[in-house]
Amino acid sequence: MRKLIASALGLALLLAWPFIAEKMGAPALISLFTRMMILGLAASALNIALGFGGLVSLGHAAFYGIGAYAIGISTTHAISGLPFLGLLPGSDQLLVNVLVAMLVSGCAAAIIGALALRTSGIQFIMITLAFAQMVFFLFLALKAYGGDDGLTFRRRNVLFDLNMRDDATFFYVTLGFLLVWLAVCARVLHSRFGLLLGGIRQNERRMQAVGVNTFRVKWIAFIISGMGAGLAGALMANLGRFVSPDLMHWTTSGELLIMCVLGGSGTIVGPVLGAFALMGLEATLNTWTEHWQAILGPLLVLMVLAFKGGLARIGGDKP
Amino acid sequence: MTLILEQLLNGLQLGVMLFLLAAGLTLVFGIMGVINLAHGSLYMVGAYAAAFAAKLTGSFLLAIPAGLAAAALTGMAVEYLVIRHLYARDHLDQVLATFGLILFFNQTIILLFGRQPLFVQIPPALSGAVDLGLFPYPAYRLCIIAAGLLSAGALFLLIQRTRLGMLVRAGATHREMVQALGVDIRLLSTIVFGLGALLAGFAGLMAGPLLSVQVGMGEQILILTFVVVVIGGLGSVAGAFWSALLVGLVDTSLRAFLPQILRGMMAGSEADALASGISAMGVYLLMALVLLIKPKGLFPGHA
Repeated sequence: MRKLIASALGLALLLAWPFIAEKMGAPALISLFTRMMILGLAASALNIALGFGGLVSLGHAAFYGIGAYAIGISTTHAISGLPFLGLLPGSDQLLVNVLVAMLVSGCAAAIIGALALRTSGIQFIMITLAFAQMVFFLFLALKAYGGDDGLTFRRRNVLFDLNMRDDATFFYVTLGFLLVWLAVCARVLHSRFGLLLGGIRQNERRMQAVGVNTFRVKWIAFIISGMGAGLAGALMANLGRFVSPDLMHWTTSGELLIMCVLGGSGTIVGPVLGAFALMGLEATLNTWTEHWQAILGPLLVLMVLAFKGGLARIGGDKP
Repeated sequence: MTLILEQLLNGLQLGVMLFLLAAGLTLVFGIMGVINLAHGSLYMVGAYAAAFAAKLTGSFLLAIPAGLAAAALTGMAVEYLVIRHLYARDHLDQVLATFGLILFFNQTIILLFGRQPLFVQIPPALSGAVDLGLFPYPAYRLCIIAAGLLSAGALFLLIQRTRLGMLVRAGATHREMVQALGVDIRLLSTIVFGLGALLAGFAGLMAGPLLSVQVGMGEQILILTFVVVVIGGLGSVAGAFWSALLVGLVDTSLRAFLPQILRGMMAGSEADALASGISAMGVYLLMALVLLIKPKGLFPGHA
């Protein structure tokens, strides 16, 4: 019951936020909150693999960036009128592009996941990081789409007749996507599949013994997780009307992990709260000093050390 | 032909540098079961300390002990203050804490030295080229290869022939048993961590004159080191050695030869773009290939 009230209050605050920000005379805060929601969505996507599947992925920035690039590439082709690879026409419709972004990042997650899930533990962490770096270098070398300069497009994608230029409108569109995503997450994780995934996190060998194809369950969880990160990237590309390899810098993967753990990785809404907390903290420290990372770093170490057994119990058993 | 030999030597040089980093990483994992993302920061500390000392004294010989000492002391301090408390934690905690350390080290370096990269002169005695019979090769790079191979040899002797090495090997397989026999495993851990940091710092100070010394240099090479460790097999020093050489050779030869090969098949600008893409991805594809065939790496360690 208390959770329900808290969620309702949080939602009410978010719904009212564009008006509050206008009243405060700080419309820039609308975009800040949009970014927080987008990264919250990305963190909650990572959380399907991390919190529910026990898969510590340090490579989700890749799926996030691939989703963003799908938008950037599709939109530039829509503007130029030339088809992609001479086959596929571009589009400036948000819903079409979001679907494409999720599909492409899902495919990337399927390939990377199939390889990385052959290992576990520390190797899994290193491999996901290494593959994400590979994707980063791939886009850095992709001169046709801007290379390290990235891609800029003039207009946000079109959604019905909404005025997407308006930051408040885009805020509500993002909120809508976030709510739908969280609902899907809740639905998936309370299904039979979610139970299997939780069982594997707690004791993979036992799940194998009762006849579950644990590789497949983990793989599907990883793919869903990658698709969610792609959705977040798609929204981020639209927010800034700009994509560049910087989006998939490996520190983004690290920050997504922090958001998950900070907010409580075993919960559905937790990572979103974590995103708000971490980005709020960053924004606050940033007003004090340009070198805020010198404060955030030790703070992070202290947080990990102070909470015995981790900020939240993940993984269940020792590997 | 001479070009190929020269590129092979360049690959060997990258390989021994990667080995110096991978050895520390894999030893720390083998003994303590810890993933240390901040290993690259120790490399950066070594490079900065050496660059600073070289600038201050004008002597590269004095820069060597400065870089080594700074990296080893930083490493031991980090082990004592942070890593020591992470042994019993799960990998996620280790990732988060060492990620925090990276943020701290990078910003501290920016505070101390600014964002501009430092440039280090190649020591005058080594600035020339050595005639290898077929072609001249930079003396400094040759010196790095020699120093790297010598340290690899010394490390093998240390691990295989000394009492400390025996404890390290025993600690990697049966940590509790070694402790029960009265060995101070915490001290051993600090020493091993310091040794790993020393090697990372050594790589960093040698890299200084070749690359620009800048913030973020640690992470760049760290991720390549992860590839080396995964290919070699986690926890195996011999595996780290061979896979470091393999990765160094593959990376260098792809960058050197792929553009020419592709240019024979397609238009120049397209070939260059494709070649730079493939060669940037090369070692990762190699890793994927190894994982398909041997998921535990080429030389699986004890873990």
